[in-house]
Amino acid sequence: MTRILIKGGRVIDPANNTDEVKDILIEDGKIVAGHGSRVTGQEVIEAKGKWVLPGLIDMHAHLRDPGRPDKETIASGSRAAALGGFTTVCCMANTNPPVDNPAVVEYVVAKAAREAVVNVRPIAAVTKGLKGEELAEMGRCRAEGAVAFSDDGQPVMRADLMRRALEYAKQFAVPIISHCEDSNLSADGVMNEGALSTEIGLPGVSHLAEEIMVARDIMLARQFGLVHLAHISTAGAVRLVRQAKVEGVPVTCETCPHYFSLTEAAVKEYDTNAKVNPPLRSAGDVTAVVQGLKDGTIDVIATDHAPHTLEEKTIEFSLAKSGLVGLETALALVITKLIIPNVLSPAQAVEKLAAAPARILNLAGKGSLRPGSDADLIVVDPHAEWTVDAAKFASKGRNTPFSGWTLKGRVLQTIVGGKIVVRDGKLVA
Amino acid sequence: MNKVKGLKSKDLLGLKDLAVEEISLILETARSMKEVISRPIPKVPTLLGKHLVTLFYEPSTRTRTSFNLAAKVLSANVTNVALSSSSVSKGETLIDTVKNLEVMGTDCLIIRHGLGGAPHLAARHTRASIINAGDGFNEHPTQGLLDIFTMLDKKKSVAGKKALIVGDIAHSRVARSNIWGLTKLGAHVTVVGPPTLIPAGIEQLGVKVSYDLDAELKDADFINMLRIQRERMAKSFFPSLEEYSELFGLNAERMRRAKKDVIVMHPGPINRGVELTSEVADGPYNVILDQVTNGVAVRAAILFLLLGGKTRRNHRAVSAK
Repeated sequence: MTRILIKGGRVIDPANNTDEVKDILIEDGKIVAGHGSRVTGQEVIEAKGKWVLPGLIDMHAHLRDPGRPDKETIASGSRAAALGGFTTVCCMANTNPPVDNPAVVEYVVAKAAREAVVNVRPIAAVTKGLKGEELAEMGRCRAEGAVAFSDDGQPVMRADLMRRALEYAKQFAVPIISHCEDSNLSADGVMNEGALSTEIGLPGVSHLAEEIMVARDIMLARQFGLVHLAHISTAGAVRLVRQAKVEGVPVTCETCPHYFSLTEAAVKEYDTNAKVNPPLRSAGDVTAVVQGLKDGTIDVIATDHAPHTLEEKTIEFSLAKSGLVGLETALALVITKLIIPNVLSPAQAVEKLAAAPARILNLAGKGSLRPGSDADLIVVDPHAEWTVDAAKFASKGRNTPFSGWTLKGRVLQTIVGGKIVVRDGKLVA
Repeated sequence: MNKVKGLKSKDLLGLKDLAVEEISLILETARSMKEVISRPIPKVPTLLGKHLVTLFYEPSTRTRTSFNLAAKVLSANVTNVALSSSSVSKGETLIDTVKNLEVMGTDCLIIRHGLGGAPHLAARHTRASIINAGDGFNEHPTQGLLDIFTMLDKKKSVAGKKALIVGDIAHSRVARSNIWGLTKLGAHVTVVGPPTLIPAGIEQLGVKVSYDLDAELKDADFINMLRIQRERMAKSFFPSLEEYSELFGLNAERMRRAKKDVIVMHPGPINRGVELTSEVADGPYNVILDQVTNGVAVRAAILFLLLGGKTRRNHRAVSAK
């Protein structure tokens, strides 16, 4: 019997209403009740002064597998996740081939079982080939292990199709994750539309491209059920979701660390590492996103981890791919930008990084440290300061706008299913 | 005003980055160049042995020719490279192209590119001087400078004067370079065009916005008419060239409401009958051909300031790094 005792840490487990110093005992891959000191033959992890958290769950990452092993693989992406404190990663379907049929879902699940050091759960496509024309086989994909459905990377532009997708997905009780972008409005825009896009002469994307789709999806969800809005980035989108929740619409949403840590000013010198979709927004939008996190409008913090090669980023801004890597910086950005400035309590942050994603995706045994849960947990030193160095990422992606930033909060141990994957901040799996 | 001896940067990427003193230095130098050009034998040996390359990813006749003539006045060698924008994503990267040209011994690359920020990217990856000959919607600094040079030629000063920039402000690099330069020199700039072609937040660059050409025309000292691209019509920025012309074109009747000594400019090529009727384009207040002449002088001044008096760089050592 494998036993691990995590001793004397501050256990922050909002799903279990817990925030107190206590020991956590792991037996055979599960959290068990009781005090560890009575048990012999166990490994002891000293966690005094540290936080002990349920393993984080990223419900929005691009692992580029199958298709682009030069950008990322399930293996490399899962290592990045482990270092960043994520014990479960849900990977998006816009791979090559896309995850739009049961065979590719099975490939992801099988490859993850072989190579991943954390749990990897596929999100399957809403439509065949992500083309927005015909529904993909959601039921068969679900049966192979898809935890949600999304054409993320592009919107489902047709309202009739989105309606059918929401209706049809109801029988599986999993959400459709909507990439909210009206692509006619965003057109050839490459950054947020406003005074700055005017100043530096790049085509802009109006905040309305996001908000009009958010509004549409809220109206559809009101009648047809569960929608989760990916990467919310504008003040208007936050306002729409807040109102929808007041009215009881079954809608949840996420934002990403870059939308509360950076404004559009990051692209001022044409820095392609800050090119992302939706684009980095104005200071007012950042304030609204932060407020949305604080008042609970925004349920989840996800990474939208989007690795790209150096070649795809070291070109003209308009030609560069959108996206940035986030798995290895997300928690430290949450601590530095939200917890230290008292926007969120540690428990509220863990709610958004673990408990809420588990609840939204119905991930049984995840997102909490209550006895009987899977032993997915992390030990974090919230005070440890470190400087972001993209060259040291376990991810193959180096495309981060946070290079050189000094952040607080370091993952010391990552335990997945009772197995130590990160020990003292180093990968050991 | 403080006098400066040279330009701070090795590159000329935009008027946004230039100090007022640098703009003045360029304009002053251009006046000397204009004198050189007017000589019976318009050639000086200043840039003898320097190699310039024009690297154009978009077609251009005027700007490229103007740079060629300017270089020849200063005895520099010029090579013209034309690449199609459509091959950009497939072919060699901009950075590789620039580095290759650098190690061939190029001192200065004059780049025109359809995407904003492309010359900036190039400039970060080479020690050769980069001159922006127009990047996307961003800037066209030599055009902005020659426009201002022409205004000063006619009016002595732009400070306190009213300048209109009329037309497709949203997609115009000429507009942005004019706005940066003119506001720095104290002019009052108003941009005029249909709301669909006025970009978001332009007021924050220190200009006034108007949709009413007739109202703005009356007290304007300078009117810079931008070229309108037919393809904007297909994307519903405006419904027809005829309507555009009625609302935002200059014709003889409209000109009667303008000041007697107003200066009318156009960066070319003119869509006759759209932005300007021929009556206006060829009329007494137009300085459009002066602009073209001054373009050579301004570009010669910039080449001189960026390249003059500097020893040849050790290209191989640079690129081996």
